[in-house]
Amino acid sequence: MQLTWPILSVLIWLPILGGVALLVLGDRGIALGRWVALATTAVTFGISTLLYTNFDMATAEMQFVERAAWIPAFNSWYALGVDGIATPLIILTTFITPLVVIAAWTVIEKRPAQYYAAFLILEGLMVGVFAATDALLFYVLWEAMLIPMFIIIGVWGGARRVYATIKFFLYTFLGSVLMLVSLIYMYMKTCDAGQCSYAIADFQELPLALNAQILIFISFMLAFAVKVPMWPVHTWLPDAHVEAPTGGSVILAAIMLKMGGYGFLRFSLPITPDASAELDWLVISLSLIAVVYIGFVALVQQDMKKLIAYSSIAHMGFVTLGSFLAFDLLQVNGDTRGAAMGIDGAMVQMISHGLISGAMFFCVGVLYDRVHSREISSYGGVVNTMPTFAAFAVLFALANSGLPATSGFVGEFLVIIASFRADFWYAFLAAMTLILGAAYTLWLVKRVIFGAVANDDVAALKDLNGREFFVLGVLGVAVLLLGIWPAPLLDVMRPTVEHLVQQITVSKL
Amino acid sequence: MSEPVIANLNLAAASAEIFMVSAICVILLVDVFLSERSRWVTYALSLLALVGVACVTVSNGVDGRVSAFDGSFVADPLGDLLKLFAYGTVAVAFMYSHDYLRRRGLFKGEYFILGLTALLGIMVMISAGSLITVYLGVELLSLSLYAMVAFDRDSGVAAESAMKYFVLGAIASGTLLYGFSIVYGLTGTLQLDELAVAVREVGADKLGLIFGLAFIIAGVAFKFGAVPFHMWVPDVYHGAPTPVTLFIGTAPKIASYILAIRVLAEGLDAMVATWQSMLIALAVLSMIIGNVVAIAQTNLKRMLAYSTISHVGFILLGILAGTAEGYRASLFYTLAYVIMAIGSFGMILLLSRAGFEADRIDDFRGLNRKSPWFAAMMMMLMFSTAGVPPFVGFWAKIAVLGAIVDVGLVWLAAVAVVLSVVAAFYYLRVVKVMYFDEPTDSVAVEGGGTVRALLTLNGLAVLVLGIFPGALIDLCARALP
Repeated sequence: MQLTWPILSVLIWLPILGGVALLVLGDRGIALGRWVALATTAVTFGISTLLYTNFDMATAEMQFVERAAWIPAFNSWYALGVDGIATPLIILTTFITPLVVIAAWTVIEKRPAQYYAAFLILEGLMVGVFAATDALLFYVLWEAMLIPMFIIIGVWGGARRVYATIKFFLYTFLGSVLMLVSLIYMYMKTCDAGQCSYAIADFQELPLALNAQILIFISFMLAFAVKVPMWPVHTWLPDAHVEAPTGGSVILAAIMLKMGGYGFLRFSLPITPDASAELDWLVISLSLIAVVYIGFVALVQQDMKKLIAYSSIAHMGFVTLGSFLAFDLLQVNGDTRGAAMGIDGAMVQMISHGLISGAMFFCVGVLYDRVHSREISSYGGVVNTMPTFAAFAVLFALANSGLPATSGFVGEFLVIIASFRADFWYAFLAAMTLILGAAYTLWLVKRVIFGAVANDDVAALKDLNGREFFVLGVLGVAVLLLGIWPAPLLDVMRPTVEHLVQQITVSKL
Repeated sequence: MSEPVIANLNLAAASAEIFMVSAICVILLVDVFLSERSRWVTYALSLLALVGVACVTVSNGVDGRVSAFDGSFVADPLGDLLKLFAYGTVAVAFMYSHDYLRRRGLFKGEYFILGLTALLGIMVMISAGSLITVYLGVELLSLSLYAMVAFDRDSGVAAESAMKYFVLGAIASGTLLYGFSIVYGLTGTLQLDELAVAVREVGADKLGLIFGLAFIIAGVAFKFGAVPFHMWVPDVYHGAPTPVTLFIGTAPKIASYILAIRVLAEGLDAMVATWQSMLIALAVLSMIIGNVVAIAQTNLKRMLAYSTISHVGFILLGILAGTAEGYRASLFYTLAYVIMAIGSFGMILLLSRAGFEADRIDDFRGLNRKSPWFAAMMMMLMFSTAGVPPFVGFWAKIAVLGAIVDVGLVWLAAVAVVLSVVAAFYYLRVVKVMYFDEPTDSVAVEGGGTVRALLTLNGLAVLVLGIFPGALIDLCARALP
């Protein structure tokens, strides 16, 4: 059932207006400002659930469509719409942001109004990225998003924050600019065909020669691979994660990385199916390297945030693997069910990783706020002083290692099954994560949580306060729910994923 | 040619220039009789003259191309748009500079009068219908600028940079004139519309013409400040008093743009293939040298000078496309660039106070602490200049890239965007010192109400035009159909 009011615009502009209101209130009015931030994000989340309840699960068409003239000279429209891929990601965004606001409540003392404002504006822009159906609008929001994140890491980050944030900005900026050239190129192609358009849907139907497709594919791949991030363009992520404040790490891991995966599904696969089929070996091998090699790298980290950052890279490897397995499966035996399964797995993995990695960064934040150290060696025996926290930490650690009944299991399982259908060795290497993921996560838990109380800092720890309990509790429930009963998520995606598989089987040559 | 000259005079087309000349004479005379105390009259009269000339231009606005003075002078919608924009730029430059000049005892009539004569030079170039008129405008503008750079008589640095500017500028003007003379010798005409026909008759690939063209391009590139004719830019930007830098960095860019359009696109359009390859080299070099060297600068004025060089590269990209779309894109880029540059220099003027220039990047340290509002304005200006959406600089970039992709120069577009990532680094550094560093002193931001209000408008313009670029794009499209 479609709504009569522009829900997507509300989801984009409400948080941005809230952010502007916070800037106007300033630090002097922060007592009120905090509530404004919480109210805005909570209402945004409330509204976003309407996307789910009113979603038509029988169609792959864009829903809640909005369209207004924007730049007539470029034939670019303020065009929004969501399908089964965008909707879960938008709800994930609106779900995580209020938690970030709550988690920062008393923790952020330096310029709090700007802190909340940056997150609120960022939320609006991120929703916009997932909702845009016009490529130029998408690109504007995609780039604009970097600005608040740049500020967040740079102002509220750790000791090496300046290095980390400039690296983050330049890396992602460099990745994306060539995508812009590709978009312009395709726009010119649509002009040649008679109807100038920046609509993503028109790009998806645009016939393209193979060498053009390959160049476009590479430019897209640069943009999205940096965002995901894939090995070997992942090096900005550990730096950014380590230096970012807790909220920044959470948003970065939970949502921003997903934009890379989303980009692959929305742009690379349907726009350049033939180039993707040509080059799927590249993406698949990079993904497997990420899963296995980065898994080993995670094992030796001394810094908790860095370890989780590397674990993110390894887990995001499943997203790219699942997305591109489709080509292998279709080429080998025309296995559309397997292809759909891989993409399903990639999507579930994105949502699940958003919840789990967000939760794990919150856990690190809880410890960091108390001890002001991210080093694993500063901890030990936390369970003795913080039993409730330890329970949550173990839950999320198990989810991160892909334990059945948690959301982490569903996505990885789907992708591994799909890779079995393609090639035994893919599945063998992908399944290594079950060992490696368990090894680095559980070893982390063993060193930090269990054992005897390591030092006076740990002995003086206080268990979770109500605020922290709420944040971790909500995430814990979500992780378990999605693990036990993923059907609601899969149902939303099904028609869109089937349509996507249909799109990539048709050559555009 | 045999008919009486007076019949084709058509003075009405040049009414704005005539008004401007008269106004300058009046202000010059009034200024002589003013005491130091009542110097504000000159300032007020100058602003009044700008308002007046704008009214004249608007009331005489033309729909098509109108020529006067036997074709040596043309009025067209493009010219009207550029003139109005130039008046606005000069007015804003005067208003930004007012406080600074007063604080430093530089509040003299010369700044405003020279500013107005420079503007007159720009207007003549905009309306040039023949190579002689072009040259007249170029010289009027250049001579005014040389004097402006040196107008702080006690500053050795300013005198040095004025000298450099003058010597190099004179050589460039000579080069330009030499190129014109060769073209004239081969085609027998100075008038741009006749020249376009004559070049086709002579043959665009004639060696002599290409020889002449090379000199013209060198002259144009110097006025733009494109590599390898950019040596004067950093020294002049750095050495001149900030209000003069502000002036040089903005309105004359409009003049450079129109110089290229009138001479290359209108007069020598048959030689597009030749000047396209020349401009490609200039554009790529400008973007590389400008962006890379800007990274090493610690002085903000110098950094902005190198950033100008790289932006000139982008403006040239649009022109070298050689299509109406490209010229439009360059026009859009020039206008957007002027809006951004005037704001950035305006910020330096806002932060400067007696004995403190605020022209080093470090002088912006911790601005977010002292004045979150103006830090936000500067941040928007910097991101816009870097070409990051949603600011107007991004659309300027898109327009230019679209124009060159359209003529098949995709590789050039790729080079340009990759170099714009290099550029992002040094703009980010300004944002970094404002937001991530703590202030080194606790002096509050001074600066009068006018400057504050204008800068606010300027910063917001960059954002609003970034979110709704349609109006400005349409304006350019109407000026260059």
